[in-house]
Amino acid sequence: MSDSIIGAAVSRIDGPDKLTGRARYAGDFQPEGMVYAYGVYSTIARGRIAGIDTTLAMRSPGVIDIFHHGRFPRLHRSPGTFAEENVVDEKRTPFEDDRIHYMGQFVALVVAETYEQARAAAYKVRVDYERDAQRAAATLAQGIEDNGVDHANDSERGDPAGAYDGAVHRVDAVYTTPVETHNPMETHATVAEWVDGRLRVFDSTQGVIFTRNTLSRVFDLDPSQVEVHADFIGSGFGGKLWVWPHCVATCAAAREVGRPVQFVLPRQQMFTTVGHRPETRQHVRLGADDDGRLLSIRHETVNSSSPVGTVVEACGGSTQGLYACDNLRISHATAVTNRGTPTAMRAPGAGVGLFALESAMDELAAELGIDPLELRRRNFTAHDQGVDKPYSSNHLLECYDRAAEAFGWSRRTPEVGSMRDGDRILGWGMAACNWEAMRNPCDARVALRADGTASIHCASQDIGTGTYTILAQIASHELGLPLESIHVALGDSTFPHGPISGGSWATATLLPAVAEASRAAIKKLKGYARNAASPLAGARGDSLVYDSGRLSDDSGRSATVAEILGAQSLANAVGEAHTGGAPDSGYSFDSFGVHFVEVAWEPEIAHLEVTRVVSAIDAGAIINAKSARNQVEGAVVMGLGSALLETTEYDERNARPVNSNYAEYLVPVNADMPDLDVILLDHPDYELNEFGARGIGEIGLTGMQAAVANAVYHATGTRVRDLPIMLDKLTDDD
Amino acid sequence: MRTFDYKRAEDAHSAVNAHSGQAAAYLAGGTTLIDLVKLDVMQPERLVDINRLAYDAIEAVPEGGLKIGAMVRNTALAEDDRVRRDYTVLSEALLQGASRQLRNRATTAGNVMQRVRCSYFRDGVSPCNKRVPGSGCSAIDGHNREVFAVLGTSEHCIAAHPSDMCVAMAAIGATVHVTGPSGDRTVDFLDFHKLPGDTPHIEHELGEDELITHVSLDAPIDGSGSTYIKLRDRSSYQFALASCAAVVVLDGDRITAARLALGGVGTKPWRAADAEAALVGQPATRETFKQAAATAMQSATPYKHNAFKIPLARKAIVRALTDAAARARGETT
Ligand SMILES: Cc1cc2nc3c(=O)[nH]c(=O)nc-3n(C[C@H](O)[C@H](O)[C@H](O)COP(=O)(O)OP(=O)(O)OC[C@H]3O[C@@H](n4cnc5c(N)ncnc54)[C@H](O)[C@@H]3O)c2cc1C
Ligand code: SF4
Repeated sequence: MSDSIIGAAVSRIDGPDKLTGRARYAGDFQPEGMVYAYGVYSTIARGRIAGIDTTLAMRSPGVIDIFHHGRFPRLHRSPGTFAEENVVDEKRTPFEDDRIHYMGQFVALVVAETYEQARAAAYKVRVDYERDAQRAAATLAQGIEDNGVDHANDSERGDPAGAYDGAVHRVDAVYTTPVETHNPMETHATVAEWVDGRLRVFDSTQGVIFTRNTLSRVFDLDPSQVEVHADFIGSGFGGKLWVWPHCVATCAAAREVGRPVQFVLPRQQMFTTVGHRPETRQHVRLGADDDGRLLSIRHETVNSSSPVGTVVEACGGSTQGLYACDNLRISHATAVTNRGTPTAMRAPGAGVGLFALESAMDELAAELGIDPLELRRRNFTAHDQGVDKPYSSNHLLECYDRAAEAFGWSRRTPEVGSMRDGDRILGWGMAACNWEAMRNPCDARVALRADGTASIHCASQDIGTGTYTILAQIASHELGLPLESIHVALGDSTFPHGPISGGSWATATLLPAVAEASRAAIKKLKGYARNAASPLAGARGDSLVYDSGRLSDDSGRSATVAEILGAQSLANAVGEAHTGGAPDSGYSFDSFGVHFVEVAWEPEIAHLEVTRVVSAIDAGAIINAKSARNQVEGAVVMGLGSALLETTEYDERNARPVNSNYAEYLVPVNADMPDLDVILLDHPDYELNEFGARGIGEIGLTGMQAAVANAVYHATGTRVRDLPIMLDKLTDDD
Repeated sequence: MRTFDYKRAEDAHSAVNAHSGQAAAYLAGGTTLIDLVKLDVMQPERLVDINRLAYDAIEAVPEGGLKIGAMVRNTALAEDDRVRRDYTVLSEALLQGASRQLRNRATTAGNVMQRVRCSYFRDGVSPCNKRVPGSGCSAIDGHNREVFAVLGTSEHCIAAHPSDMCVAMAAIGATVHVTGPSGDRTVDFLDFHKLPGDTPHIEHELGEDELITHVSLDAPIDGSGSTYIKLRDRSSYQFALASCAAVVVLDGDRITAARLALGGVGTKPWRAADAEAALVGQPATRETFKQAAATAMQSATPYKHNAFKIPLARKAIVRALTDAAARARGETT
C-alpha cells in the first residue's frame, strides 16, 4: 500500500466491535460454572482487625465461602522489579495479616453464586477493629508531621544555592497538588479460572506480561502455567499497569472454591485500593538575570506515599532538561500517609511537576516584566543538560510559533485584568509540555495467510488509545495489503512478548517490531515461493520482488500469496521479530509542546470558564492523525479537570476518601468544553525508530494545569498554587 | 441476600394499601431510591411501583395555576409550554438539575422526596443522625464543602436539600397534594420539608403510608419576570453550591412584588422572606439587590469548608434579581 496509510486519519479498526458490544472486556468473560466475589473493605485506616464474624453472612443465600486473614492460603510476595517485568505497588499480599494500613483495604472476600448474593452477604460480615493509638495520617501534611520525610533521590549540577543567592530576580514558591484518582469508565475487573493447575485470567490490565509474571511469582508457578487475557480495556490511565490486591485475591479464591470467579471493583473502591496520583508538595526556586536567563533552578518535591509500598512521583523529571540552566537541584522524597499505595497516573511526574515549574516560570515572567512566551524562548535549549546529550529532535520553538500564531498571543496585554469580553475578564496563559520518549524491546509475529490476509500477534494491549489500528496501518504499509485484510491480535500473554501500555512508549516500541516481522514474513514467503510445488518454483531468491500481496520474479512470472501458499497446502508464511529498546546513539529523546489557554472570569457570579485552548505538540511522526489528535484532546481535557476540578478529598479525622463516586469526584463535562485546537508538528525522529514516532499518550496533559493557572492569574490577579482552582479560591467576600 | 418484595400498583388506593403495614417505599423514577438501596442506605422490605398511576398530566386549574401529577417526569415538566412561559424559573431550575438521562426518569414527587447527598449519609458506615438517629453527625466537623448548608442547620445535621426544582417551587408558591389511609389532604409547599432540628431523620410532613399525588403551583403573578441561577464548579451534572430562584414584579422601576428562594445553602428549599420584604417598594437597582442578598444571608452559619457559600449565594441572589427584573421589564436575557 502507499505511504499515505502512515499518518492518515484512520478510524479505529476496533470501533465497530466496541459499538456493537462484540468487544469483550474482562468482566464479559463467563467461564462455565463461574461464581462471583465481592469485597469487604476496612472502615478504619490504621489499626488491626480484632475479630471477624462471618456467621450471619455465611447463612446468606448463595454464599460459597468467605475469605479473610484467618482463612486464606499462604501466598508469596512479588519481587516487584521493573527489570523482571514484575511490578506491584502494594507490596503486601491480600489478607496477609490482621493489620489495617488504609481505609478501604480488603478485609474479607465473599464468594457466592451471584453478584447480588455476594454483595448482600458482604454487607453482613461483621468486622471489629482496634484502632492504633496514633492517628491515621489522612493528608500529606499529617504524614509529614507524624512520620517525617523519607528522602528518595536527588541530583544536582553547578551551584544552585549560590547562583540563586546571586540572582537579581527570584521566585520562591510552594505548589501543591491533590490526590487524583484514576476513574476510567471500566473499573478494575478480574475473572480467574484454574484448569489442571494452570491459571487463566481475564483481567482489565495494561500489561498482560507483567500480570502473568506477578501472578506466577505470587502463586509459585512457572510463567508458562499462567495465561492472562486483556482483549479490550475500558482504559486505565496507569491505574491498571500493575497487579492490585483484588486480582490476587480473586485468583486465590478461584483455586480455593474450585470454580472460576469473577470480581468487579465497585466505583467507591477505585478510590482506595487500586492506586492514585499522590498528593505533592513542590518547592520551586528560580533565579534569573535581567534578561530572564535562568541562573538557578531548584525543584524539591515531597509526595504522599503509603505504609504498604513507596511510590515516588518524579515531579522534577522534566525540570532537569527543559530549559538551559547550569545550576540545578532536583530532589524527591515521600511521606507515609494512611492511604493505599499511589501509582502512576497518566504522565506521572511531569503531569504535576510541570504545574509547579511552569507556574514558577510565569511568576518569573511577571517579576521580570517579560512576556511569558518570550521568557521561555530565551531559555530554550537543544541540549539536554540533565543527561548531557543533545535532543534527538526538539521543535519546541516551532510549537511556540505556530500555537502562538493560532492563538493570537501577540494581542495579549500583560496587565492583570486588562482584557475583557463584555462582563467577563479574559485571561491568557501558556505553559510548555514535555515528556520523555521511550522505547522498549519487543517481539512480534506477522503471518501472511493463504486467504490473502495477514495477522499480527503481540502480547501488548490496546487500552483504548488506538494501538490495534496503528499496528494494522504499519502492516498494511509493509505488506501492501488493505487495512481490512489485517487482523491484529493483542492482549494475550501467550503471544510474542510485548510491552505494557504505558509511558507513551507502545508506539515507538511496537511499530519497529511489527514492521520487521512483516518483512520477515515476506522473506519466508519468498523461500516458500521457490519450492517445487509453487507457481514460482525455481525462481532465484534475489530475483523475487514482493508488492502488495504478490511476488514476481525476473522472468515475468508472478503469483499471489494465496497461490503460492495454496499450491503447497501451507496455511501461512510467518515472520517473527525481536527489536530492541531505545538506541544508545548519544541522543536524549523527548517530546515537546505548548498549551495556550484563554479563561473568562465573571466575578459577579464567581464563574470561571476555559474558553479556548490551542496546543502544539512535537511528538515525532504522527502515525494516525485521528487517534493522535484524540490523545492530545483527551489529555487536554484531563488536564483541565486536573487544573479546575479533580481532587480526592479525605476526611482529616480518619483518612476516609469522602467523594468516592462519579457524582462528587468532579471531572469536566461536555458543557465545560472549550474550543480545542491541536496542532501536530509531525517531524519524524528517525533516531528513535525507523518511523520516527515517539508516542503521544501523555504529553498533552503536561503543562495544562499551569497554562490554566497562569491564565487565571492574568484574569484575576490571584496566583493559585494549590490545585484544583475551585471557585472558592477565587471568590471575594463581596 | 437482602430481598425485598415488589408490587406494581395500578391506582392510588392499591398503592397505599400495598404500602401499609411494612417498611415499604414508593418507587417512582428510582433515581434516588434504587441508588440508596444498592448502597444499603435505604432498606425497604417492599417496593411499591407507582409508575402506572395516572398522575402523569399537567393540568390548568380554574384559579389560574397548574396541577402537576406526581409522576410527571422532570423533562416533561421543564419542556411544558405553559411552564416555560408562566414559570420560567421552574423550567430553568429543572433543566439545570442532574443530567438529561436522569431528568427523563425523575418524577415530580420523587424530586420533592429526594434524599440528601451528604457522603457520610450515603457511605453506610459513618455516624449520621439522618441514617441512624442519635449516632452523631460526621459532616459537621468533617469534610463539608459541596452539599452542605449554611442556613437552617442544626448541631445534628447540616446537609443541604439538594433539589433545584423545589427551590423554584418554593419561590412560586405551591401546594403538595397527598392521599393516604385517612384520605386526601394538602400541605403548603413551604411547610412540606422540615428543618433538621434535633430530628434530622424526619424530613417531611408526609404521614405513614401517605402518597403524593400532585403538586399544584400558585397562579403566576401578572407581569412578573423570573429566573433561576445555579452556581457550581462545573457546568452541568452537579448539585448547586448556591442557587437562587427569583420572581420579580415591577411598576416602572419600583419593585411591587418579589419572591426569592435559595438552593444549595439551606437544609430545606429556602424561601428568603425577609429579603423579599426588603425588596418590595424599593427601586430595582443593584444596591437594592445587594441589600436583599445581605439580608437573605444574614443568619447564615458557615462550616469549615463551606464559608464561601455565603458570598456565593449573595452573588446568585444579585444576579437572579437583576435578570428577573430585566425580564419583568420585557428585556430578554
Ligand atoms: C447523579 C445524580 C445527580 C443529580 N443531580 C441533581 C441536581 O443537580 N439537581 C436536582 O435537583 N436533583 C439532582 N438529582 C436528584 C434527582 O433529581 C432525584 O433523584 C429525582 O428527582 C428523584 O425522582 P425519582 O422519581 O427518581 O424518585 P425515586 O428515586 O423513585 O424516589 C425518591 C424518594 O421519593 C419517594 N417517592 C417517590 N414518589 C413518591 C410519591 N408519589 N409519594 C411519596 N413518596 C414518593 C420514594 O419512595 C423515595 O424515597 C441527581 C441525582 C443523581 C443520581
Ligand atoms: S449532615 Fe446530616 S446527613 Fe450528613 S452526616 Fe450529618 S446528620 Fe448525616
